[in-house]
Amino acid sequence: MLNIKCPYCGDRSQKEFAYGGDGTITRPKLNQEISDEAWDNFVYLRKSPRGKHIELWHHIAGCRQWFKVERDTTTHEIFRTFKPEEEF
Amino acid sequence: MSQNFRLNTGGLINRDKPIEFKFNGKKYIGYEGDTLASALLANGIHLIGRSFKYHRPRGFFGAGVDEPNAKMQVEINGCSEPNINATEIELVNGLSATSQNCWPSVNFDIGAINNFLNRFFPAGFYYKTFMWPKSFWYRVYEPFIRKAAGLGIASLEKDKERYEHKYEYCDLLVTGSGPAGLASAYAAAKNGAKVILAEDKPRYGGSLLTDDVTIDNLSGKDWSEKIISELKEMPNVIVKNRSQVFGYYDHNMMVMFERTKDHLEKKTKYTPRQRLWYIRAKEVLLSTGSIERPIVFGNNDTPGVFLSAAAKEYMKVYGVLIGKKPIIFTNNDSGYETAIEFKKNGVDPVVLDTREDQNSELINEAKDLNIMIKFSYAVIVAHGYKKVKSATIGKLNKDKIDFENTEQIDCDSICVSGFWTPTVHLASQSGNKLKFNDSIDAFVPDKSKQNEHSLGAANGTFTLQDTLKNSFNTGSEVSKSITKKDEKIQIPNTNERKYSAHDKFWCSPLPKGKNYKRFVDFQNDVAVSDIEIALREGYRSIEHVKRYTTLGMATDQGRTSNLNGLQLVANVEKKIVPQVGHTTFRPPFTPVTIGTIVGREVGKEYMPTRKTPMHHWHEKNNAVWVDAGAWKRPRYYKRGNENLFEASKREAKNVRNHVGVCDVTTLGKIDLKGPDAAEFLNRVYTNAWLKLPVGKARYGVMLREDGIVMDDGTTTRISENHYHMTTTTAQAANVLSHLEYYLQIVWPKLNVNVVSTTEQWAGAAIAGPKSRDLLAKLFPKIDVSNEALPFMGYVEGDLFGVKARIFRISFSGELAYEINVESDFGLFMWEKIIKIGEEFNIQPYGTEALSTLRIEMGHVAGPELDGRTIPYDVSLEGLVSKKKDFIGKRSLAKEAFNKADRQKIVGLVPLDRKSSIPEGSHLVENKNAKLPNPKLGHVSSSCWSVENNNPFSLAILKDGKNMIGKKLFAVSPLKNTSIEVEVMSSHYVDHEGKRVRS
Repeated sequence: MLNIKCPYCGDRSQKEFAYGGDGTITRPKLNQEISDEAWDNFVYLRKSPRGKHIELWHHIAGCRQWFKVERDTTTHEIFRTFKPEEEF
Repeated sequence: MSQNFRLNTGGLINRDKPIEFKFNGKKYIGYEGDTLASALLANGIHLIGRSFKYHRPRGFFGAGVDEPNAKMQVEINGCSEPNINATEIELVNGLSATSQNCWPSVNFDIGAINNFLNRFFPAGFYYKTFMWPKSFWYRVYEPFIRKAAGLGIASLEKDKERYEHKYEYCDLLVTGSGPAGLASAYAAAKNGAKVILAEDKPRYGGSLLTDDVTIDNLSGKDWSEKIISELKEMPNVIVKNRSQVFGYYDHNMMVMFERTKDHLEKKTKYTPRQRLWYIRAKEVLLSTGSIERPIVFGNNDTPGVFLSAAAKEYMKVYGVLIGKKPIIFTNNDSGYETAIEFKKNGVDPVVLDTREDQNSELINEAKDLNIMIKFSYAVIVAHGYKKVKSATIGKLNKDKIDFENTEQIDCDSICVSGFWTPTVHLASQSGNKLKFNDSIDAFVPDKSKQNEHSLGAANGTFTLQDTLKNSFNTGSEVSKSITKKDEKIQIPNTNERKYSAHDKFWCSPLPKGKNYKRFVDFQNDVAVSDIEIALREGYRSIEHVKRYTTLGMATDQGRTSNLNGLQLVANVEKKIVPQVGHTTFRPPFTPVTIGTIVGREVGKEYMPTRKTPMHHWHEKNNAVWVDAGAWKRPRYYKRGNENLFEASKREAKNVRNHVGVCDVTTLGKIDLKGPDAAEFLNRVYTNAWLKLPVGKARYGVMLREDGIVMDDGTTTRISENHYHMTTTTAQAANVLSHLEYYLQIVWPKLNVNVVSTTEQWAGAAIAGPKSRDLLAKLFPKIDVSNEALPFMGYVEGDLFGVKARIFRISFSGELAYEINVESDFGLFMWEKIIKIGEEFNIQPYGTEALSTLRIEMGHVAGPELDGRTIPYDVSLEGLVSKKKDFIGKRSLAKEAFNKADRQKIVGLVPLDRKSSIPEGSHLVENKNAKLPNPKLGHVSSSCWSVENNNPFSLAILKDGKNMIGKKLFAVSPLKNTSIEVEVMSSHYVDHEGKRVRS
């Protein structure tokens, strides 16, 4: 069970969080003209990197904030956690 | 025969407290402080089970978690449990144990014929034999394997015991209370760190209880008692015995089970049997000690063969002799400690040392005691079937692969010592790649992947002085960095005997022409010859050899077999052990009961139960419940002998004819506030939201980005920047997370706050032609006319002094209202509605009637919005805005979603107007067509239309709108039905939606 530092609440057990997928995806802007391929990439295609990965987590049984976690997918080491508006 | 093998004095047992227990139906006496194993040995019982594959007689081999053989079916407190390790279970009054894997009895076991057929059961036997013919698998092979597999018998009864879970956080978790554990825990505790010290045995001290050492002039046992009592006094320390740390997980999450009940004399009802601890430790100190390695020889599994340290432990801790005529077979000095202990207790051992004549403190002491020592000697084979009677010994030649001068000597036990293997399981689980230490011929932890340190014997340090020094220092260093305190500790003086170098000898050669079984893994019956076969057949990777032979795969995780197995592979392959590598250790270190893992989450505690404020009223009025997620909802209210069908029909009819009331508290409710709330709703829902006036509700559908319908519901504008959203019961949590995601991640500039208010509001839907009359009586001060409060209108009112929200919305398709009050007043509201509604023939209705009402109206719900449908599929195209963008809109342009024959929602009625169509039925053109019969669609919801008095269903059908009027078959192979149906509009009642607007 991971130990995740919520940027708002501090260290908490994984049990309090929900995983939210790839944290580097940007949703296309509203009303933007976009090709079928680009849209499909956004909706369906995700990288599954071995090693460092920036992902979204949701503190679902806590402050209910979404935030980002930089984690190694093989060792599960968490390098940092940060608020979505912060740079990565 | 009563405790003939119990010494007159000594041991840490309580001789004033005899304890009666049963083994294989016979009564025996032991003492308080015994394990089942020590008590049986005190009574001279050695034959305790049969081996897994060959059903060979087996006896005790170890004295703790190292024991591979002594798995028993044990009954305590009326509960029978299989595969209990007799060396770990404490003796209590009334304990009853039986041998496993033998029939009809352990003394005469039919299965032992396997032993004589053993040349037909080589490694990989199952893989080779059960391959063909294929038709034999079900009838012959599988029943045979099932019968042969497994050891004990799992109870079929419900576990009556209580198990608990506990979460704990600490600075340091120390696993094991031997010298390393005590010293490191003590140093850390002195620095003020929060320490948990866990010991799996009942007694603290580990090797200090059995080793002949002194620390600061105290015996090992006295010193450990002194440290433990000091630790127990400290408020920052938790000391736990009977607690096994069995799993090392990510980020220093350690899992431990504590045996809290079975050993107690007086058990109370609420004492948990075991407690599972989840411990998040900043640092973990692994002081798990080491386990003695066996030396392999012919028939080395005969009862009476022991690890030499176990023999010593039985004498020193339990005052029990494992034999009165022992041979000590050793390749190092440890065997001499056991020999000396025997001698002190009046037993004359014979020591066979594989090394040439040696001098060391221990050997000299043994020599001074006139113990017979034969250097360069080995046990070649043990004789005796159910108990060791004698042994053939031989003088090893120079290179130790052959021997001479064999002789047969009488003995009743053989104690083997093949040096020590550090217990590295937890370190390995933590991700630590082990490294091979040549000086001890074993793997030790290498670089830490997590915050852990291995100390003492677990790290390959076998002297007390070094162990204490390193452990005090590590405990101090690690805690200092956490607490910033540095209490200096004087490292105590120790007195221990120095060992001379051990010998790498691990396996005796066989006499020419003899093929005695030499077992490496006792629990899985893996002999030297099995591993040799695997290698001959081309298995090279140790992981493959392990799986092919089952070496080390038993519940003891190869604690005594692992290194000898690797050594054998290395010898045959002409490699060295580190080149062979080692298999992966995985949790749990020792077996854990399912009950402990599950904890209290059983039965109704499996998940929380959510009850609405009106729950007890429903209960009193014969509600039959249905689970809606964690919620309990009335499915129907039973009157007299009514069944579900009759009751729901009555309730639905009453709504259509008079008025009904339904508890809708469980609907998800989300409060949205902020200046951008309208804009946000406009992006979330498929329809337009910018122009919704205050005091109006609107129905909305939200999609996922892939265009699939996520949820539907109504949202009401309470005031300028304040909206009240409802979701379906099932999707409430998902919708909230969805909204939060878009507000926090995608459009953080939108100024909107969302919060769940599901539990803040109690809701009652009143529906039916008389609902307006009822509403008028409930809210006499409000104008409830169709003009003042039209369909999709909203007004606030005063319900006999209680603030209420009134929404004119309808799921049933009738004239209907939904009233919300704060949850505390939910029951008050409900009772008022029931009381005042009496004159209008009000009846409460449950979810079954609710479904009937919405199905015949063609309103979609969960079964239609099943994660596969887009708005166009379910007649919601009118709600999809062409002008604005919204979540998922771009996906709706996909080709597949716009195909001419795309699936659509339709209604179905059976041609006979009688047969109910099972939900999930497939729609086909020809019921007799050859399989696979092309499927055109499926039945999503079914009801008995109370309006038309015949069955009616909703279905998702390919090219549905063009199929209207056609006849199809609804086939359900599950229910074995095939019903001819007519396709029609999904709106079966009130096509134009006049009633809701009346």
